[in-house]
Amino acid sequence: MFRPMVLPASEQRRALEIIVEGRRVPAREGETLAAALLNAGVVQFRRTPVSGQPRAPLCLMGVCFDCLVEVDGAQNVQSCMVEVREGMQVRLPDGARHVGDSA
Amino acid sequence: MNSDTHDLIVIGAGPAGISAALTAASCGLKTVLLDEQSRPGGQIYRNITAVPPTIAALLGPDYRHGESLAARLSNSSVELRFGTLVWDVARDLTVTAQQNGRSFQVHAPQLIAATGAMERASPLPGWTLPGVLNAGAAQLAMKSAGSVPAGRVVLAGGGPLLLLVACQLLDAGVTLAGIVETSPAANRWRALRYLPAALGAPAYLAKGLGMLWRLRRAGVPMFSAASALRVEGSDRAQALTFTARGAAHRLDAEVVLLHHGVVPNTQLSRLLRVDHDWDSVQLTWRPRVDGWGETSLAGFRITGDGVSIAGALAAEPAGALAALGAAQALGRLTAPEAERRAAPLRGTLQQQGHIRPFLDTLYRPPEWITDPSDETVVCRCEEVTAGRIREMARLGCQGPNQTKFFSRCGMGPCQGRMCGLTVTQILSSALGKEPEDVGAYRIRAPLKPVPLASIAALSNPIAVDIAETPEPT
Repeated sequence: MFRPMVLPASEQRRALEIIVEGRRVPAREGETLAAALLNAGVVQFRRTPVSGQPRAPLCLMGVCFDCLVEVDGAQNVQSCMVEVREGMQVRLPDGARHVGDSA
Repeated sequence: MNSDTHDLIVIGAGPAGISAALTAASCGLKTVLLDEQSRPGGQIYRNITAVPPTIAALLGPDYRHGESLAARLSNSSVELRFGTLVWDVARDLTVTAQQNGRSFQVHAPQLIAATGAMERASPLPGWTLPGVLNAGAAQLAMKSAGSVPAGRVVLAGGGPLLLLVACQLLDAGVTLAGIVETSPAANRWRALRYLPAALGAPAYLAKGLGMLWRLRRAGVPMFSAASALRVEGSDRAQALTFTARGAAHRLDAEVVLLHHGVVPNTQLSRLLRVDHDWDSVQLTWRPRVDGWGETSLAGFRITGDGVSIAGALAAEPAGALAALGAAQALGRLTAPEAERRAAPLRGTLQQQGHIRPFLDTLYRPPEWITDPSDETVVCRCEEVTAGRIREMARLGCQGPNQTKFFSRCGMGPCQGRMCGLTVTQILSSALGKEPEDVGAYRIRAPLKPVPLASIAALSNPIAVDIAETPEPT
């Protein structure tokens, strides 16, 4: 949905990898997780617990809570407010959780 | 918590908060500045200390102005705590915050909230689809990650930021499929009477005309006084449809950027139950403050765009005024000394204010944004429509806290940030009452979700010592 702007080599930030739903996704040091997911072509960040509608970020400034994902086991993390780290494990929420779902 | 850890706590490291903290430090106040982000700048100067030069150049001198503010901050005696989420403030001004997954408390007799603004929600059919973002979000993606929308982009709404973002995206090589302005035609006539005052701020007017000229020269299709906007798509945005000059239009786009101005973020002032007034021009709440930023709660001050939208350059003198008020209240500054320092700041504020009545009137959002159609989702979290709110008004609900109780509208993770203003305005119109009489959501801690383990850290006195080891940035 987004793409990185073309920058001179001297200004490019170090590449790293995060793991999204078990898949390796390239990211760059210093960018937010939301930006990394948007750059990687992730269109749907989650499905809503109410009706299962697809959602993605609206505000990118910590207000709308539509970019919530699971980060290293912690649920409902605002992906626009955290920076990527090498090896970060990300899962995209799929609707409401039910009793008996694995953690 | 009773014992003071500081003389002054400032929340928010945008231009108002930085200016407040610097001024307070210059008065000898032991000051701590808390911000959720990992670097100073707020949203307007987001990532200013780490942005690649190419992107800073593209964003322009107004953005780069933040460099000097950030530099002065890092050379000051202000204690800086970034990556720090404030999630509660008690009536005795004890601030509870979380850093590195642990909560801690700080207390000072004076507290300045410089928590800034957010983009007004633009509820219209289809606005919950992936690919629909606020226009400001596209700018934040450039600032914070050097990212721009891919594919065809449509911008819709009204306001200076809409045009600015459009120009910046053009400069970044993005394909703009169109700019769909929604400001009603009548706004132009109403704004004319404020034009003479606006001529007192010629730089702003020149910048606005320059942006319009740039967009026209680039051949971007532009539509004005559009209505009946709808984002089409099943699992993601595919097109924006609308009516302009009596004709139906459809613009295919992968990304639709919406903007209808910015409004104060009142989450913290509502938490503290201070007095608010309805601003019938900017169509938003504003916390009631005196000339030194002090609210109806003694010692609690709010400054910058968190009070009323006036922009980044007005936020600096406003922040300084709040700090002078705090220093005066603490007996570190005599009243004549505070007045002497305040005079030039008030002059700058007044100068910055010349353009506002013109802009606020010209870009007043259309009624179908403030009082949207029945089918439109207003509460994105709990997926409650405008029609459902009206139905509850018919059934006897008198305010947003009642509609929340019966429908969960405003009860989701965003805690009413996105729908609060809209619900108040829908109820105001449906009940025939003024927004003041309809009221706003009651806000409670935690202001953002925090894990139980973080709260548990409060019971461990070691947590307070985290203050001695600020997180590296």
